Amino acid sequence: MLSVFILAPFAGSLLAIFFPPDQRGATAWFAGAIALLCFLVAAGLYPFVTSGGVLRYDLAWLPELGLNFTLRMDGFAWLFTVLVTAIGVLVVLYARYYMAAEDPVPRFLALFLAFMGSMLGVVLSGNLILLAVFWELTSIVSFLLIGYWHHNAHARDGARMALTMTGTGGLCMLVGLLLMGRIVGSYDLDVVLTSGDLIRNSPLYMPVLILILLGALTKSAQFPFHFWLPHAMSAPTPVSAYLHSATMVKAGVFLLARLWPVMAGTEAWFWTVGLAGLSTLLLGAYFAIFQQDLKGLLAYSTISHLGLITVLLSLGSPLAAVAAVFHIVNHATFKASLFMAAGIIDHETGTRDMRKLGGLIRYMPGTAVLAMVASAAMAGVPLLNGFISKEMFFAEAIETHQANILDTMTPYGATLAGMFAVTYSLRFIHSVFYGKAPEDLPKVPHEPPRWMRAPIEFLVLACLVVGIIPAITIGPFLHTAVVAILGASTPQYSLAVWHGWNLPLIMSFVALAGGVGLYFLMRNYLATSIEGPPIFRLLHGQRIFERVLVTLSWKWARSLEQRLGTRRLQPQMRFLVFIAIAAAALPLLLSHYEMPPLLVRSIDPAFALLWAVGIACAIGAALLAKFHRLAALVLLGGAGLTTCLTFVWLSAPDLAVTQLLVEIVTTVLILLGLRWLPKRIEDTQESELLSLQVRFRRLRDFLLAITAGGGVALIAYTMMTRPLPETIASYFLERAYKEGGGTNVVNVILVDFRGFDTLGEIGVLAIVALTVFALLLRFRPQADSLEAPEQQRVQNAFDDDHPDRNEGDSVAEYLFVPSVIMRWMFPVIGMLAAYLFLRGHDLPGGGFAAGIAMSIGFILQYMSGGTRWVEERLRIHPLRWMSIGLLVAAATGIGSWLFGYPFLTSHAQYATLPIVGKFPLASALFFDLGVFSLVLGATVLILIALAHQSIRAPRAHARAMRSGKEAS
Amino acid sequence: MEIILSAAIGVLTASGVYLLLRPRTYQVIIGLSLLSYAVNLFIFGMGRLRVNAPPVLEPGGVGDLSRFTDPVPQALVLTAIVIGFAMTALFLVVLLASRGFTGTDHVDGREQRHD
Repeated sequence: MLSVFILAPFAGSLLAIFFPPDQRGATAWFAGAIALLCFLVAAGLYPFVTSGGVLRYDLAWLPELGLNFTLRMDGFAWLFTVLVTAIGVLVVLYARYYMAAEDPVPRFLALFLAFMGSMLGVVLSGNLILLAVFWELTSIVSFLLIGYWHHNAHARDGARMALTMTGTGGLCMLVGLLLMGRIVGSYDLDVVLTSGDLIRNSPLYMPVLILILLGALTKSAQFPFHFWLPHAMSAPTPVSAYLHSATMVKAGVFLLARLWPVMAGTEAWFWTVGLAGLSTLLLGAYFAIFQQDLKGLLAYSTISHLGLITVLLSLGSPLAAVAAVFHIVNHATFKASLFMAAGIIDHETGTRDMRKLGGLIRYMPGTAVLAMVASAAMAGVPLLNGFISKEMFFAEAIETHQANILDTMTPYGATLAGMFAVTYSLRFIHSVFYGKAPEDLPKVPHEPPRWMRAPIEFLVLACLVVGIIPAITIGPFLHTAVVAILGASTPQYSLAVWHGWNLPLIMSFVALAGGVGLYFLMRNYLATSIEGPPIFRLLHGQRIFERVLVTLSWKWARSLEQRLGTRRLQPQMRFLVFIAIAAAALPLLLSHYEMPPLLVRSIDPAFALLWAVGIACAIGAALLAKFHRLAALVLLGGAGLTTCLTFVWLSAPDLAVTQLLVEIVTTVLILLGLRWLPKRIEDTQESELLSLQVRFRRLRDFLLAITAGGGVALIAYTMMTRPLPETIASYFLERAYKEGGGTNVVNVILVDFRGFDTLGEIGVLAIVALTVFALLLRFRPQADSLEAPEQQRVQNAFDDDHPDRNEGDSVAEYLFVPSVIMRWMFPVIGMLAAYLFLRGHDLPGGGFAAGIAMSIGFILQYMSGGTRWVEERLRIHPLRWMSIGLLVAAATGIGSWLFGYPFLTSHAQYATLPIVGKFPLASALFFDLGVFSLVLGATVLILIALAHQSIRAPRAHARAMRSGKEAS
Repeated sequence: MEIILSAAIGVLTASGVYLLLRPRTYQVIIGLSLLSYAVNLFIFGMGRLRVNAPPVLEPGGVGDLSRFTDPVPQALVLTAIVIGFAMTALFLVVLLASRGFTGTDHVDGREQRHD
């Protein structure tokens, strides 16, 4: 049942994207229905979580690492779930009217639902890591929602700042949670919550505390990380109401409350959390007074109220924790309604600047009354919910929890903050709804649509009801939540409006009277002042933040890049080779490596001669690669053939076949490319005068190469002369026939045992072929390689000189006999490919070899007849062959699902064909068919894409010549 | 046997690495090809060198390492050969495209001091 809370919003989010942009109403209905569904499910689950009950949903994810998809709902999580879903429903309703017709509403609501899912995930996670995952998701979705109007630079900056702050905090928190999991030995929340003493007495307690606090305090916008929240106000108002007052910013205090039983109560906790909370409480309230933007005022007020909750949690007393949970709920109700009211004012007047607004009670009396009640709740006026939790806060502030200066200061700080709260609440109401009627507003103000006001009415009603009869409305639910946190230590408390004449009541009255007085003193100043409190407005959090970012990501990064980086490839390669050598040499040196004795007598002279040729080829290729490309290519082929013969010699027929075929294709490929490289003529004079520096560089590279080669040879020799340890080879040798149904073990490994790897590999091949194809589509050769090759020019000149010949005759007749033979080779090579393919499972061969063999057949046709000749006669669709190959291979794999086996399980038996005889027909054969088709397609695609350049180039050349003539 | 093959692997590696550090793209592509021979032979050698013992069983038979060579490195190298081909092809085309765009075949896309 719990998975509904995650599945429904995320699935809804995916679906919501597909609504047409103009369907505002339908999308809103849909999103609202999802939120309502979650709310109703939550409401239905209430009986299961009362009196300490816990619901769990487990899904193994990475159980080896203690990482499971565990959802866990206790009373506290239930309360938050209800809060998130209920306010979600109201905000969707509100957003339906708030969003303008030109806004892409489906995107908004899709993100909104995704946020709801992530937030519910945070609340319901029963695993610390899962919690961190959902936590980051809320940050990301919040980023997207703040930047919803992405054409607005403020929105983009605000979004980036919010993401940077909460994302960095989230990263710290993840480390903290990992450490905590290490202390406890489990990431499961149930286990963690019972290991309080273990955590508090651990030597890692301090780092864990600081890291987790960094996460919680950034998320809840606590001082000194508060400055992102006011900038997040560039988001659409429904987002501000939902994310940045009622839910997401509560995630920080949620986490503090969640971990309260296992972390609170120590002096370190009291000081860090308390100091952050108290300074946020005071500064937030103070800053709020001086805001001119309605939403700015509400943002700072939110910061201040979150500070209040943090202070309560810092005290470490159970009664304070009760007050904290209660205030979380109360704040969500009145602040969400105030944001919605601010949104209505903005929507109906076109401005949020309090200096321009005034006297709106005449235009929108209904909204005015609602806003007044809500802000009275914010100020803590009696008979409203804010009053009760604030009274509890005052009562707790007076109590002595720890004998230190911070604890002594708390009641004074609390009263002062209460006073400020009264001042800014009064200001909100007075400057917007009273006073002179507004002049030159962008719009003529009027009441909003009926249903846009409904969510506010509902929330304000809740404020009133909870404020007057708390014990019978919120009481039981609050009790359920509190029991879930505090368990046996749940204190006795009474929710009531009237507790008699006591100190907290006097503090409330002082705050009320002081706040009203303060407002009337400052009224005239505020009506004209610029944004932000005096002195402090010089200290822009945003500017500091940006300067830090610039220093980090621009200045430092650049100087590091200048010092350590280079854009030149050669130094990078040199570094890479050096590191590779060091990485290989170090373990050898450290383990006192001793070289095995050299066994000279076991040398086979023929093998030695073979490699004498191979080594000569390799060195020759290295020497000639600069000035004699063709010769180097031929020598490279020589080294390749030696390798191929080595495979034959040393019992690897499959490798030999593949190597031989690949060698052919590679040579053809590089030959095709040679034409487009610049001419390089050896300048003998210059090479004699090589500078000392160049000589030094070559010597250094030579030494590096010798070291690398010597080292590899040494390691190879050492390995090869040792006996083979127990390997997995026996497993394959024993089972290849029994289970794979083939006698060629290498092929059985490729298409059966490790079929999934092969599937990935042909995928890589397909990607490479497509990349080559795409790169060559835009290929622009240099001018000096555009002319027809010299040989063709000579042949054409010969044709011109002889009147009985047409131009092109010699080219066509060139190597006539070989080209006829090559043409007739096509069916033969096709036969060979089929032969290699069919015998593959039992004897050397297989899909890879067959595919490459077949592609050689095609390229021979191109070589003998030319591109045009071939394509007039053969239908060549390498892209189609590739896709068929990939589909066949994947379908074979999926096919085994139909029989209830895992992906790519194979089935083997023999089939008999006339003439061909008996051949192995395993389902792996179809897989191999896919491999064949894909390898063929990919190879042919690469080769002909390159070959086609020679047709395109003369055309380009002619165009270039023409335009050159026109220009002159 | 082993001594020749390891010497061969060493020379192929050294030639490959030397070319890898050269400034011309064509040198690098030849170097990479030589290096991939060396690597393939190296991996292949990890199954130890055996003559006349290909891993092809008799039908119905069960193989063991005393009569057959190790098939696992062979399977690895077989795929490595094909992927090596793909890499060479991709690198060749990148090389050609770079030459087309920049006009030079230097690895940095512009001429440096003579090297």
